[in-house]
Amino acid sequence: MNAMDTVEVKEGIDQETVDAVKELSGNYKYGWETEIEMDYAPKGVNTDIVRLISSKNNEPEWMTDWRLSAFARWEKIEEPTWAMVSYPNIDFQDIYYYARPKSMEEKPKSLDDVDPKLLATYEKLGIPLKEQMILAGVEGAEAAPAEGRKVAVDAVFDSVSVGTTFQKELEKAGVIFCSISEAIEKHPELVKKYLGTVVPPSDNFYATLNSAVFSDGSFVYVPPGVRCPMELSTYFRINAENTGQFERTLIIADKGSYVSYLEGCTAPKRDVAQLHAAVVEIIVEEDAEVKYSTVQNWYPGDEHGNGGIYNFVTKRADCRGDRAKVMWTQVETGSAVTWKYPSCILRGDDSQGEFYSIAIANNMQQADTGTKMVHLGKNTKSRIVSKGISAGKAQNTYRGLVSMHPKAKDSRNYTQCDSLLIGDKCGAHTVPYIEVKNNSSRVEHEATTSKVDDDQLFYCRQRGMDEEEAVALVVNGFCKDVLQALPMEFAMEAQALVAISLEGSVG
Amino acid sequence: MALAKMKADATAARLADVSLPDGAAWANAARASAMDRVRQMGLPTKRDEYWKYTDPSTLTATEAAQAALFHNDEGPLFDAVDRLRIVFVDGVFDAEASDDLTGEGMEITRLSDAMATDIHWAKDLYGVLEARGQQPVERTLAALNTAMATDGVVIRATGKVSKPINLIYLHQDVTSDAVLHNLVKVESGAEVTLVETGPAAARFSKLLEVEVADGGAFHHVRAQGRDHERRAVTHCFARVGAEAVFKSFTLTFNGVLTRNECVLEIVGDNATAHVAGACVGDGRDFHHDDTVFVTHDAVNCESRQVFKKVLRNGATGVFQGKILVKEGAQKTDGYQISQSLLLDDDSQFLAKPELEIYADDVACSHGSTSGAIDEDALFYLRSRGVLPDDARNLLTLAFLAEALEEIDNEALADDLRDRLEGWLTRHR
Repeated sequence: MNAMDTVEVKEGIDQETVDAVKELSGNYKYGWETEIEMDYAPKGVNTDIVRLISSKNNEPEWMTDWRLSAFARWEKIEEPTWAMVSYPNIDFQDIYYYARPKSMEEKPKSLDDVDPKLLATYEKLGIPLKEQMILAGVEGAEAAPAEGRKVAVDAVFDSVSVGTTFQKELEKAGVIFCSISEAIEKHPELVKKYLGTVVPPSDNFYATLNSAVFSDGSFVYVPPGVRCPMELSTYFRINAENTGQFERTLIIADKGSYVSYLEGCTAPKRDVAQLHAAVVEIIVEEDAEVKYSTVQNWYPGDEHGNGGIYNFVTKRADCRGDRAKVMWTQVETGSAVTWKYPSCILRGDDSQGEFYSIAIANNMQQADTGTKMVHLGKNTKSRIVSKGISAGKAQNTYRGLVSMHPKAKDSRNYTQCDSLLIGDKCGAHTVPYIEVKNNSSRVEHEATTSKVDDDQLFYCRQRGMDEEEAVALVVNGFCKDVLQALPMEFAMEAQALVAISLEGSVG
Repeated sequence: MALAKMKADATAARLADVSLPDGAAWANAARASAMDRVRQMGLPTKRDEYWKYTDPSTLTATEAAQAALFHNDEGPLFDAVDRLRIVFVDGVFDAEASDDLTGEGMEITRLSDAMATDIHWAKDLYGVLEARGQQPVERTLAALNTAMATDGVVIRATGKVSKPINLIYLHQDVTSDAVLHNLVKVESGAEVTLVETGPAAARFSKLLEVEVADGGAFHHVRAQGRDHERRAVTHCFARVGAEAVFKSFTLTFNGVLTRNECVLEIVGDNATAHVAGACVGDGRDFHHDDTVFVTHDAVNCESRQVFKKVLRNGATGVFQGKILVKEGAQKTDGYQISQSLLLDDDSQFLAKPELEIYADDVACSHGSTSGAIDEDALFYLRSRGVLPDDARNLLTLAFLAEALEEIDNEALADDLRDRLEGWLTRHR
């Protein structure tokens, strides 16, 4: 039973919102399992396992050494405990670090050679690994004009990439889109130059573990001046039991390029929690722009808190060049425990970072998520819009940092985070860190309505908008802030999310 | 593990030569149990999350750093206000300089006398609120104060106390290291205003425990230092009953290091608790930290945190504030604002305005802003013929106004406004 069926909702909260939250987080639709023969590495992690993963991917020695040095460091550090989440101790030696479908032993030469069982899995998830004009399977997407709606998909199944679509067509444009294991083999110079430069192996406990044992993930390189001709996406599926998924994504947008990248993820229903510790690194050079969108829908566990994915993820974008731009959009509905702070390092002058997030936690879910905006360059801008919704007995925390360094003159940040509680057994928390080290920058956290320009507000109100709409329009330049930032492919989620209103929010 | 051991060793070294004052059995027990808390928690270091923005090393060091005496040419604060004066010189009660401690609707006893008395109401308060306030964050320096404090006052208000009680902290010795602990118990329906003024000592640890019973009212106005080299760590632990009022305001002028912690627990329905602060800091050696923790554990209560900081020439301002709304504390109205006005490019403002909410029918808002003086407003004033320096003063005072409005006693507020204006004029 869904914990929300019996809950008494306080006055002032929109019924549509309650229904939408129920719809999004109530019945987990992706909880089935694919029966397929798997090859596992022995349980646990040690230098042999690290070497084994490296050799399975045919990696050169420098890569193996890189992993081993990360592993040596990981053994010396302790798990962080500062997040507002609690979960039983993870036994890191009781997890499989590598699981590959037997049929993937020989890498398929093309999508036609991929095990039909795997293809069927993605078909069922709504992500058919076929090259077609529209991305079928996404409810509501059929209505979209077919022209220009191509999406290239890299499908990751447990520890390995199953296949990548549209590679040829992307190649023509000069875009490299492949699994990271393939990139290490075919483009070692690029991987060597960029890997670990945004999230160094020493970054944090889970990033260090990931650096040692990551098995696959996606790699994107967009050459100077190229506008990537289609959306790129990676779909992560955990299928095997007692397996951890450790994927690594590296995206490089060279000078003046543009790419939009989507990420989706699901896992079967199981009673035992599973670990997912990913690292995403994005390098944005001068005048380049990257949009990164996530719909995180890992299995959240049942209403008693059994099972579910522990989602401990490090995501960071580095705006290296002037006028670089990055935008994170996330819709977080899954996972038993989430620990995730997609961040922006605004190094180049006039660079921009944006973070839009909707986090919905129901039943026993715990989410501790937010962002870091580190302003280093002059005239840099960042905007944070975070909406957290808790229902059932869930705990939802926004944790963020806005840092204005002494040299980041004339920079600007605006942060808005709203929380909504549905029921009286859940919690909503906000933990922002604000560090301002120069006076020409302006930082506003959760500015109240009165901070918004009264004239503009008046103009909107006069045109018949209600106050919330007007504020959203004035402050963010558009309505339904987070949703607008979502790419078309998340049409279904977006439709449901449109129903969500943060009216009656607690803080 | 290694860290925990380092901390334990440092704490043991610091406590090695500390001997606790002697008094009645209950008092000795309270001190010993506080000392246990200190040992258990360990003294804070810069590596603790709770001390992320303020380095406590000079507060925990065995010896206090020297602070030159500061001669104030302005005359004593609140001189024109009729008040009951209780004077401490470098942390020691001065009976000669103090007024007669008797008055209607109140009982005032020197802490050392109360602690030597076998049966005293102070037993139920001394170190009790401090110990409660150690969760969820450890405030070891408060426990250390409870263990070591030798002087202070215990005040019981039984009716409406007619004039403010002013604790005046004088500083006369460049190396003084004072530890004071005050208790205030406001009985049901009683009302009292406590005023604290003066730089106190080269290093000052001060703790105030306040129990406001149902329907009681406690007003607190404090002015710390003035261009003084002092270092201070102060704590206020308060428990606020039903329909009760708690209001505290602190104005801080300079100071090498000031950490003011305020821990409020609202336990009765329909209560009001406000805590506000304004500080003005000039220079790289100014560091001011307001750390506030408000817990709502009752229905239909209102809390406000209003903190404003004016910083220049490399000064540092810190705000760590939290509103915790416990399960069932419905209809809570929690407000928190922390703002800084950075008058130049070297100063910095570090803030962590937190909310933790476990009830669904509440309204909590928190805001934090930081920026320079509004050039448009400056231009407007100048176009009206106001000189640039005066215009800046005016805008700065306007910025601080919201915090000063938290003072109910107009005579006290007016005097503080004048002092602020004087400070701003001197520190152009």
